[in-house]
Amino acid sequence: MKPLRHLLSMDDLDRDDIDYLLDLTERYVEVSERKIPRIPALRGKTVALVFFEDSTRTRVSFATAAGRLSADTLGFDVGRSSVNKGESLRDTIETISAMGIHCMVLRHHGAGAPWRVREWTDASIVNGGDGRNQHPTQALADLFTARRHLGDLNGKRVAIVGDVKNSRVARSNAIGFSKMGAEVIFVAPRTLLPASLEGWPVSVTHNLDEVIETIDVCYLLRMQLERHNGAAVPTLREFHHEFGLTAARADRLRDDALIMHPGPMNRGVEIAGVVADRPNAVITEQVANGVAVRMAVLFVLIGSRLDLVEEQSAVA
Amino acid sequence: MAGPHSSGVFQATAQVMSASDVTRAIRRMAHEILERNSGCADIVIVGLQTGGVGLAERLVDDINEIEGAEVPLGSLDATMHRDDFDLRPITSEAATTIPVDPTGKIVVLVDDVLYTGRTVRAALDAIHSYGRPKAIQLAVMVDRGHRELPIRPDFVGKNLPTRRAEMVDVNIGGVDLGEIS
Repeated sequence: MKPLRHLLSMDDLDRDDIDYLLDLTERYVEVSERKIPRIPALRGKTVALVFFEDSTRTRVSFATAAGRLSADTLGFDVGRSSVNKGESLRDTIETISAMGIHCMVLRHHGAGAPWRVREWTDASIVNGGDGRNQHPTQALADLFTARRHLGDLNGKRVAIVGDVKNSRVARSNAIGFSKMGAEVIFVAPRTLLPASLEGWPVSVTHNLDEVIETIDVCYLLRMQLERHNGAAVPTLREFHHEFGLTAARADRLRDDALIMHPGPMNRGVEIAGVVADRPNAVITEQVANGVAVRMAVLFVLIGSRLDLVEEQSAVA
Repeated sequence: MAGPHSSGVFQATAQVMSASDVTRAIRRMAHEILERNSGCADIVIVGLQTGGVGLAERLVDDINEIEGAEVPLGSLDATMHRDDFDLRPITSEAATTIPVDPTGKIVVLVDDVLYTGRTVRAALDAIHSYGRPKAIQLAVMVDRGHRELPIRPDFVGKNLPTRRAEMVDVNIGGVDLGEIS
């Protein structure tokens, strides 16, 4: 793949890059299964985890990934920082950078924040989620999980269902799956779709029952109640009835179709509790694969000299 | 800059072992491994990716035939433990499979050519992430010298003095000495 300095959006990657990262992830899954799951690939490197917004799984996932590659991590939570004393974002970033870090994983509630932050530091930036915009490592973990079960994603049908409007996961996955050749369908009520989908590589339907029998992936989004400022849906119960993956709908899925969810789940809202525990629900695998995929991303950004690596290797 | 992994065409200048020489050397090393370890109990044979894997298979076949046993066979890609891993291409075909927990076992690492010793050092690190072997031994088809680390082989097919500019190629037809051009 091409040398990569930052990973801010799935738009930064082409199909070859994604394939390379997923192949590398395959190797790191093997490392993760070892008795001592640690390799020296990022020894001497420091990864700062800079989170301006709540996160459990993404933060822990990156910390675990960095640890398995022998990197040091430096945690920074807004709740415990000088941001509460009025320090600006720029000052905060410059302060962290001054400590000598190689990579910064940034989560921020403002869409586009990582693009600004990149100008204030020499470190490689990984977007760990910016507002409603992008969450590329989540998409890569999802692509990896889907590829492991379905093989080549070219021509597969992927429904992304629910709160599309507020979801960076929906945006990153729509780009990611379509770059892999899959057909992406947003399934949502009008009130949970963005104002414009112009230029998006997706089709749209307001009726989950219309597509449920023909899809290979049913990707349910978390209903982001904390981002709703108006009444986007009449009631959660009605939403569940219309757009949730109920047991009755899950029965109509093809046998080999995957049920996916980025977590944390609102059981009984976007997904029925019993459905999340079915064998074709790969939700916990998505979490486990998230660690290996983040190892691949960190290694490509700060561990590999891709500009110097040649594909062919000579004999010994 | 022509690095150690640059591509080029291997030009053989001399054959130093024929195919049957290699077959006999493998047979002899199988006997030596059994002699050293008083049989094959607790032995695990692990071929280093990529050149050692085929040799490890042949070595295990011979050991199993001599002893009437089933010795576990694995493969190990130590690339991620190398000190120059950042310059190495990642070959996804080069799989690692360690079939048994190596803790308490005698692991015999197998490679085609022993040169600087850096691959073996990386392999020593890598194997320990799967467990703590009772002992690790090293079998190589060709020891070409020029070690950069304090590592020596336990079982050798052929000691072959070389110049650094030369290359050694172990292939199906035997062992060739040559140069990259």
